[in-house]
Amino acid sequence: MTPRRRDILKIGGAGALTAWWPGWAAAVSPGLPTAPPGVSGTDIELRIAHHMVRIGGRETHAIGINGTVPGPLLRLREGQDVRLTVINDLPDEDTSIHWHGLLVPFQMDGVPGISFPGIKAGGRFTYEFPIRQSGTYWYHSHSGLQEQMGHYGPIVIDPAGADPIAYDRDHVIVLSDHSAIHPHTIFQRLKQQGGYFNYQKQTLAGQLAGRDQTPAERRAWGKMRMDPTDISDVTGSTYTYLVNGRGPADGWTALFRPGERVRLRFVNASAMTIFNVRIPGLRMSVVATDGLPVRPVTVDAFQIANAETYDVIVTPVDDRAYGLVAEAIDRSGMAFATLAPRPGLLAVAPPLGRRPVVTMKDMGMDMSAMDPDMVDMSSMHMGMRDSRNAPGLPLGPGVQTIAPMPADRTAEPGQGLADVGGKILVYTDLVAANRNPDVRAPSRKLQIHLTGNMERYMWAFDGKKLSEVRDPIPFTAGERVRITLINDTMMNHPIHLHGHFFELVTGHGDHAPRKHTVNVQPGGMVTFDLTANAVGDWAFHCHMLYHMHAGMMQVVSVRPAAA
Amino acid sequence: MKALTCIAALIATAPAHAQTMPGMDMPAPIGDAASHSTASAEKVGTDQSPSDTAPPAPPPPADHAADAIWGAAAMAPARERMHHEHGGMRLHQILFNLAEVQVRRGREGYRWDGEGWWGGDIDRFVVKSEGEAQFGHGARVAEVQWLYSRAIGPYYDLQGGVRQDIGAGVRRTYVSIGVEGLAPYWFETEGTLFVSDKGDMLARAEAWYDQRITQRLVLQPRLELNLAAQDVPEQRIGKGLSTAELGLRLRYEIRREFAPYLGLSWDRKIGRTAGYARRDGDGRGGAAAVFGVRGWF
Repeated sequence: MTPRRRDILKIGGAGALTAWWPGWAAAVSPGLPTAPPGVSGTDIELRIAHHMVRIGGRETHAIGINGTVPGPLLRLREGQDVRLTVINDLPDEDTSIHWHGLLVPFQMDGVPGISFPGIKAGGRFTYEFPIRQSGTYWYHSHSGLQEQMGHYGPIVIDPAGADPIAYDRDHVIVLSDHSAIHPHTIFQRLKQQGGYFNYQKQTLAGQLAGRDQTPAERRAWGKMRMDPTDISDVTGSTYTYLVNGRGPADGWTALFRPGERVRLRFVNASAMTIFNVRIPGLRMSVVATDGLPVRPVTVDAFQIANAETYDVIVTPVDDRAYGLVAEAIDRSGMAFATLAPRPGLLAVAPPLGRRPVVTMKDMGMDMSAMDPDMVDMSSMHMGMRDSRNAPGLPLGPGVQTIAPMPADRTAEPGQGLADVGGKILVYTDLVAANRNPDVRAPSRKLQIHLTGNMERYMWAFDGKKLSEVRDPIPFTAGERVRITLINDTMMNHPIHLHGHFFELVTGHGDHAPRKHTVNVQPGGMVTFDLTANAVGDWAFHCHMLYHMHAGMMQVVSVRPAAA
Repeated sequence: MKALTCIAALIATAPAHAQTMPGMDMPAPIGDAASHSTASAEKVGTDQSPSDTAPPAPPPPADHAADAIWGAAAMAPARERMHHEHGGMRLHQILFNLAEVQVRRGREGYRWDGEGWWGGDIDRFVVKSEGEAQFGHGARVAEVQWLYSRAIGPYYDLQGGVRQDIGAGVRRTYVSIGVEGLAPYWFETEGTLFVSDKGDMLARAEAWYDQRITQRLVLQPRLELNLAAQDVPEQRIGKGLSTAELGLRLRYEIRREFAPYLGLSWDRKIGRTAGYARRDGDGRGGAAAVFGVRGWF
């Protein structure tokens, strides 16, 4: 079903109030027009430059694309060819654009040092590739820490034929985090003092008030040198959480007509924030993830990790405003917007939930299966950093812990959502709408440990930062490999592989959900089957920007089999 | 090659990857965890297990794919930069845990204890300085250390270098070697051994703890002990425990890196060192009210 263009035109005038925002992200958005000018077609120009943006009434410095944060919506159609010319107007730094989730030739993937040399200050680069897919995607800088400064934008690709997802209207919801502190300073602070941005730590006052952990638990965690309140590295103490570039008080509004099927295309373009998304009063039908359709599953809330996308259908029937709530995972702040039948009708943001406390399960120890008298870690046979649990892993200063009992947590709600009530989306709920293109059994297995040291702020795959690794992780073109990511840390790691979709091994056979980014919960593990069918070199990394910057990235190479 | 070896090792051990621990229920082996297709149905797609005869991973390629498109000359510097920018960056910090005025009966002075580091995650150059002085009299006891620091574990750094005394009296030069890091229960600790250019051996142990009362109000108990392996009469240091310093400081973190504080400090010369002080007619120490700023950048 195509959007009702006449309806859009009727309400469309409101967008003109804020001419400097692209139409889809205007303060009041009627929804996506079928063909917004300037950001579709086969020849698109994107200009990267420093830019001042207004968030919550404050002017703040950003890097914009064509003058906006987020950058313009790229509206493309499956089957078309596109030429995207990126002009670097930054005075003194390279830039790049990576088309997140798009299947492109490796030299068009936009990672400096892997795909291409990057785009010099004052230079330009033309990306050229065919559009082979449809759905909700996004793009962002892969140079330095520019993504944190606003260098990102959404992509919507209409299918060549009829859209398998029926809707009357769609809105793009780009979630992100913005700080007035320069990202290099944020990174330096994280290196200088663990927990620098955490203002929700356990305190003596909290203990006296009976909050959080018991004294015995506090002692046990203190002994381990683990902070159970370390949920997010960078928090609402510095971040303003944004919907389409607007702060929670800016009143971004998505319009609907009661009774319409409204498709919300969520993109998490945050540098460091996982969001818990809900719309009080509305149930959401999840119809796609990472661009690809899934069998509809109705939920009350879902967690969206960095770089993931989720498409949901909501059908608001009442003539009233609904709040769109995206709480940061540590509940230090929220992105907030309104769904309303007409402009000027604002929803009221609910109070923030209570920040979660990390559990032993998040440390890779499922204590529920154990004798509760054994909570003293030192006497346990399973150490916190026992090399027997990860043979071959170098136990350097960057490896603080090795999960002794990592659990498959794909059937569990994300951190902090187990006890909020209602139906929470879990990865095992996702079933691909279409049969997987490759249904072979994998021919080999590969395990990768996600390692870190929160005190030194070191992050890596298999204990080795990218700066210490020269060889890529090799694959032979066409081979199917079962890859297991084991999270040895107590932080979430949304892992992204460029140039491919992979199928999550979550019990859905040949209808496994296909993703480009998967969050590995603390102390958990995720298994997926990968058909390495895109010859070239590809980035493979944690999409927590500062984890990646600290070294949590490697190169994946795919080469034809030796003759 | 190391990465490859590592991956190869992981693959080699893959069948035994289940983190077996005695006496515990194990999660189902990876890959089978989610297979809940009915027993009668043939397993399809991701429900299938990988073949038992796992072939090895291919060797890592010798080439870089992008070189063939953009040229090796263009790609090489970009690749170096990419590696460096993901884990190889150098940073720094200068932190004064103590920077304060000490008010005692009749003799007001000041005290500092700070350090700076420059470098990466593992190897760092460290400068430390501490000392105390009376207003109008210059530094009574003061020193600077220049150290090379190397991370030797998740929490500890091994540090070695030179210490130079710069206070009043005899100014010795020492070789210093020590460890600094975070002990269990979140104690910041430091232990250093000094051997002077005269062959005298001294040692110092330091520890502090940050008790968070609220998100910004922090109480820091701190202990510093100095020891000597022999009498050093020229420096009025006696064998054994020579001085002890106990502090209790309450700071308010206006920002993490800027925290004014108030507190009490008690220091005492002990044993044979106290004997020297008595013979010299000096005091053995005492309590002081302190106020200062804990700061870093």
